[in-house]
Amino acid sequence: MKNVNRIGPMVVMGAATLYFLVPIWWLLVAASKSRAQFNNTTPLWFADFSLGDNLGELFAYRDGVFLRWMLNSVLYTGGAALIGTVLAAMCGYALAKYRFPGREAIFNVVLSGVLVPATALALPLFLIFSQFEATNTFWSVFLPSLVNPFGVYLARIYATASVPDELLEASRLDGSGEIRTFFTISSKLMFPALVTIFLFHFVAVWNNFLLPLIMLGNERLFPVTLGLYSWNTQVNQIPELRMFVLTGALVSIVPLVIAFLFLQRFWRNGLGSGAIK
Amino acid sequence: MRPPMRSLSILLTSALAVTLAACSSGSDDTSSGEATDASACAPATGNVELTYTTWIPGIEDVVKLWNDKNPNIQVKVQTGPNGNGGTYANFFNQLKAGNAPDLGHIEYDALPSFRVQDGLTNLAACSEVTAAKDKFVDWTWGQVTFGEENSVYGIPQDTGPMAMFYRKDLFEKNNIALPTTWDEYTAAAEKVKAAGGYITNFSQSDISQFAGLSWQAGGRWFSNDGSKWTVNFQDDNTKKVADYWQNLISKKLVSSVPPWTTEWDNAYNKGNAWTWVSAVWGANSIMSGAPDTSGKWAVAPMPQWTAGGTSAGNWGGSSTAVFKTSKHPYEAAKFALWLNTSDEALTALNKAAQLYPATKSGATLPALTEGVEFYGGQKIYEVFATASTQVAADFAWGPTMTDTYASASDGFKAVVSGTGTLNEALKTAQTKTIDTLKSQSIPVAE
Repeated sequence: MKNVNRIGPMVVMGAATLYFLVPIWWLLVAASKSRAQFNNTTPLWFADFSLGDNLGELFAYRDGVFLRWMLNSVLYTGGAALIGTVLAAMCGYALAKYRFPGREAIFNVVLSGVLVPATALALPLFLIFSQFEATNTFWSVFLPSLVNPFGVYLARIYATASVPDELLEASRLDGSGEIRTFFTISSKLMFPALVTIFLFHFVAVWNNFLLPLIMLGNERLFPVTLGLYSWNTQVNQIPELRMFVLTGALVSIVPLVIAFLFLQRFWRNGLGSGAIK
Repeated sequence: MRPPMRSLSILLTSALAVTLAACSSGSDDTSSGEATDASACAPATGNVELTYTTWIPGIEDVVKLWNDKNPNIQVKVQTGPNGNGGTYANFFNQLKAGNAPDLGHIEYDALPSFRVQDGLTNLAACSEVTAAKDKFVDWTWGQVTFGEENSVYGIPQDTGPMAMFYRKDLFEKNNIALPTTWDEYTAAAEKVKAAGGYITNFSQSDISQFAGLSWQAGGRWFSNDGSKWTVNFQDDNTKKVADYWQNLISKKLVSSVPPWTTEWDNAYNKGNAWTWVSAVWGANSIMSGAPDTSGKWAVAPMPQWTAGGTSAGNWGGSSTAVFKTSKHPYEAAKFALWLNTSDEALTALNKAAQLYPATKSGATLPALTEGVEFYGGQKIYEVFATASTQVAADFAWGPTMTDTYASASDGFKAVVSGTGTLNEALKTAQTKTIDTLKSQSIPVAE
């Protein structure tokens, strides 16, 4: 009976794992094939391993514009996630720990921001940035990416639960200012939540496609998602691009995988230590 | 982001442009405003910076040739996905926000949608442009003028005249005569089927091919009498083409793999599909999609509806248009003319992106008169050069083609899976297109 109980979930989890991993496996296999073999060999197993050649060609194509896109993505995403996490943490913390008139109203507005999809905001943002002649710039993608209402929500919930008021009072009595208290004490207590917010934000900005599509016309500013998409729309007429798109897609998920593997450790530690308390 | 001096000069010239636009729009109806028109295309004093949005890969190198020689008119390239992939939508947004580029890459079938939205500058006021008319293959001029006097809404850039790619080796081995008419094509299809292949793959989701086939047959889908649009996907010639392919589909003489997929490439690479009636740029698609078949292909004129006929269709092609918001139509037109007529630019465009020029003399570029190894050394571009002269000039596109393609493609997909007929699908697409036009308050003649 005990075994049966375990087999059921294992089968479901196994199927789900397979479902998520097969496309990535396919991508890895496809990116490792030469152009001729890509069409001719079975899609889910390796032929001659020419990933190195593909990467070399991809990085060299059009003066390495792909590497530029990767760098842009890392800047947009890393920068926005980092600053966005700090902003969300401070905002959520303030909403959780300070009492001031209009607190709930502000929180509700932020919360309703969670419900508005980022795609719906892209066009209004474009029109606003047009007013300032600031479209087609780094900032036109970076600035809107900084805010993250869901992060604020998460930070507030977590701050309420994990930062004891007594601790804040103690630090006030010891003469620590509010800002110092936040950065030296509260943010440490909120760390697991911050990692979560960072990861969510990182993935959201990395995958945000419509905003750069609408804002940017300068190829040197593209994030990797938009760059690969542009190439993919030209595959009909420039078929060589197909292999670049495939290899590029594989390379473009590497930073996400790294971010998850690296931060997962903090994440689990945090959740674990929270559970013991 | 612009230096203050430039902003000021823009402000001044824009005030000028507004007054000019007011004059020329008044004279449109009478078409007698030659004098005002000419001043609408006057050169600017001082240096000009133009922006040009296109998705041609490698365009920077081509534009650099211009920038090096024209310090007074510098062109900045912007890029993005192809038109329907997002760049057209961006153009419309930018027109609304007032920051559209000076020049944009617009395919022929999308030009009417920009014109209906009043997004394009009429270059008929530029004498250099009207003087260049004879440099272009006749039908391409029809695409950018919409067949009207005193209107030029873009400079033709590239074209996609159609011909038939076929597996010479397989036809010879199986002793099948090369079809020159569509009747012979059906007969050949039966023999090919008996030999274990398909004569071709019917493009179920890319309607542009079907449009090219109808164009050849004399089908005319849209017309505009100056005030109202007429939509008719059921004229006799289009019906004839639809019935023809319906017959091949019903008899299972053609395959129907979704186009532009690996599966589709494979059908050609493995010899399952023996011909492809396609545009000149298709040469490159086969080369990279079916690398194992090198040397086995050849190109012949597309089959005709009457024996000895000489008509061809067109699939694809684009223009360089100047947007209404451009402050420098004269310089923009000058650049567009250089880009699409000068030998150096056409050679560079062909090298960078295999563009097939829209000019008459473009067909004699060295790269387009050589034998191509993949096609057994045949000088395939000569076939397309002839085809280009045989394309009818009066085929017009509608103002909502993306929508039309989508509804036709829904119907065609159903047909290849056994529901309905191509003509029923076209009828539905026609009704839906008329609905879309009406919903956008574009007048339709019933």
